[in-house]
Amino acid sequence: MNSGQGPAIQARGLSKQFGTLRAVDNVDLTVPRGHVYGFLGPNGSGKSTTIRMLCGLLTPSAGEIQVLGLNVPEEAEALRLRIGYMTQKFSLFEDLTVRENLEFLAAVQGLPRQQARERIDQLIDQYHFADRQKQLAGTMSGGQKQRLALAGAVINEPELLFLDEPTSAVDPESRRDFWEKLFDLADLGTTILVSTHYMDEAERCHRIAILDRGVLVADGAPGALTRDLAGRCVEVVAAQPRRAQQVLVNFPGVLSVAQIGNSLRVLAQAKEDLSATLSGALQQAGLEASVHQAEPNLEDVFVAATRGQTRDGAGSDAA
Amino acid sequence: MNWQRLYAIFLKELRQMRRDRITLAMIVVIPVMQLVLFGYAINLNLRHLPAGIADQAGNAASRTVVMDMLATGVISPVARANTPEQLMDLLRRGDISVGVVIPPDFERRLNEGREAIQVLVDGSDTVVQSAAIQLARMPLTQASASRTEPISVVSFYNPERRSAVNIVPGLIGVILTMTMVLFTAVAIVRERERGNMELLIATPVSRAELMVGKVLPYAGIGLVQTSVILLLGLWLFQVPIRGSVWEVYVAAVLLILANLTLGLLISTRAQSQFQAMQMTFFVFLPSILLSGFMFPFAGMPQVVQWLAEALPLTHFLRLIRGIMLRGADLTEMWREVLALLVFTALMMTLAILRFRKRLD
Repeated sequence: MNSGQGPAIQARGLSKQFGTLRAVDNVDLTVPRGHVYGFLGPNGSGKSTTIRMLCGLLTPSAGEIQVLGLNVPEEAEALRLRIGYMTQKFSLFEDLTVRENLEFLAAVQGLPRQQARERIDQLIDQYHFADRQKQLAGTMSGGQKQRLALAGAVINEPELLFLDEPTSAVDPESRRDFWEKLFDLADLGTTILVSTHYMDEAERCHRIAILDRGVLVADGAPGALTRDLAGRCVEVVAAQPRRAQQVLVNFPGVLSVAQIGNSLRVLAQAKEDLSATLSGALQQAGLEASVHQAEPNLEDVFVAATRGQTRDGAGSDAA
Repeated sequence: MNWQRLYAIFLKELRQMRRDRITLAMIVVIPVMQLVLFGYAINLNLRHLPAGIADQAGNAASRTVVMDMLATGVISPVARANTPEQLMDLLRRGDISVGVVIPPDFERRLNEGREAIQVLVDGSDTVVQSAAIQLARMPLTQASASRTEPISVVSFYNPERRSAVNIVPGLIGVILTMTMVLFTAVAIVRERERGNMELLIATPVSRAELMVGKVLPYAGIGLVQTSVILLLGLWLFQVPIRGSVWEVYVAAVLLILANLTLGLLISTRAQSQFQAMQMTFFVFLPSILLSGFMFPFAGMPQVVQWLAEALPLTHFLRLIRGIMLRGADLTEMWREVLALLVFTALMMTLAILRFRKRLD
């Protein structure tokens, strides 16, 4: 085992074909150890498929994968002792209690009896299940189920944790708690690959990759990605935002216009200051508005990455 | 094969089963219900067929013959008629299943050695037909002294010809075939439907551990069902166990294993619990019809017999009837034992080969 050296995950030219659908298309990925690495992308962008290939549940159509120094899927069995995987859909047994589920997973992971008991006690305490040990997993709330699933995924103290949209069915407060737990794990040195479609969650990651229709369209630290967009964002505060949007949508050089409350967020196609020209265009249309430069955020990164893709691919984009 | 992981799967399955009230109830209800239904309803040895009698002779001799016929218990008189035509009318309407015609010249015919009595039978039911033929073989009082049967039949093992004796041992096989195949097939497919399979295959559990661990609890259930049928068979129908009880259980285990592995194979194919159920019945129906449970094996065409030889139930029936009714032992029927073992090994291999620890 050559743990400790090299990235936790390294994938080259990873592709997956389902019939005529190319779910993942030539993705290169490097996940450094100890990072919380976010997978951002709309539904159906290939996040789950990529994660499943990385933990050896799906055979790639093309490409090479090394996870923790092991070739996947060839050495997937050896890998399974060292990783944790939390499925998108709750996959623990709903007709077993909290404790029974953990007991099962501990035994299956090969923890010796005494060690298993201690580890389960510890997890039950850490994940706040002390008064729910005998509750059936199926009767718990979405947030509780996710917490249990996470506890189950880390029972073997994995070096690498895969989380597939862990918070998609969870209320905001549980979401925050859940992320606290993830950072606790990261502090202990666990590498975490987590997919999400929430921007605020992506923002918390050390590094993110944005997938769009199976293609990796952006990859980097959230701060670096937003900095790259500096100067392309304009905020328009208008009395009639809907009408202003209609004027600006097809304006040359504009990539997207999104309404946020009473203001509009305009993203330029290239790095140019559009505020003066946009202001002029709005005045010409007889609309009162104040136009100024804005700080880019991850949402803009996401829009820039995914919209840019559409332009290149299909060559048509109305809004 | 890692014992800790195997036990973990086994324990999980038991715990889930304990919470599944309906499955739990089915384990006992299915055998009890089937035993009672088959034991009481299927009676191939018919008695009290509704009969019409046209005694045209109307003398002492003919009355004696009628009394003798009724004394066999095969028929019960429900109608009297004057002519054969009236009897045929009753037969067509379904009022009677059997008609007995005694012609006016009955005694003369008897003395001349000609056919003296006519029995009309509703042949639309073959079982009724064979019962009536039995009636026709009845020796007639006056002639019986002079005529001896050229062939005598000595019936071993079930001289009273009670069908429960024939059916109850076979029923063990039928019930095990139905429940064992279905339970295992559904148990694995359900895991896939509920999304548990993705979790399971992402753990270090091996294919063999998963399959064996999952079916072991069902093997236990199969033995419980076997015991229920044996006990009820003894109490309700006085079905004997002439061979060793131990060997009855060995035979049951052989069938259980064959069916569990078949269930596993089905589970690798079926996408939903409903499909698993359909596939189970696809196997179950030929098992009931061709194995010799309902219809005698010897009467089937050659091709069908070959097909039947591929069904575990066929071999089990030979074993269990041999042990329970004829007092035979397993070594005398080693071919059937071997057939079941080969079937099990084949199914298990296929199932493990077909089951992939991948999602694609």
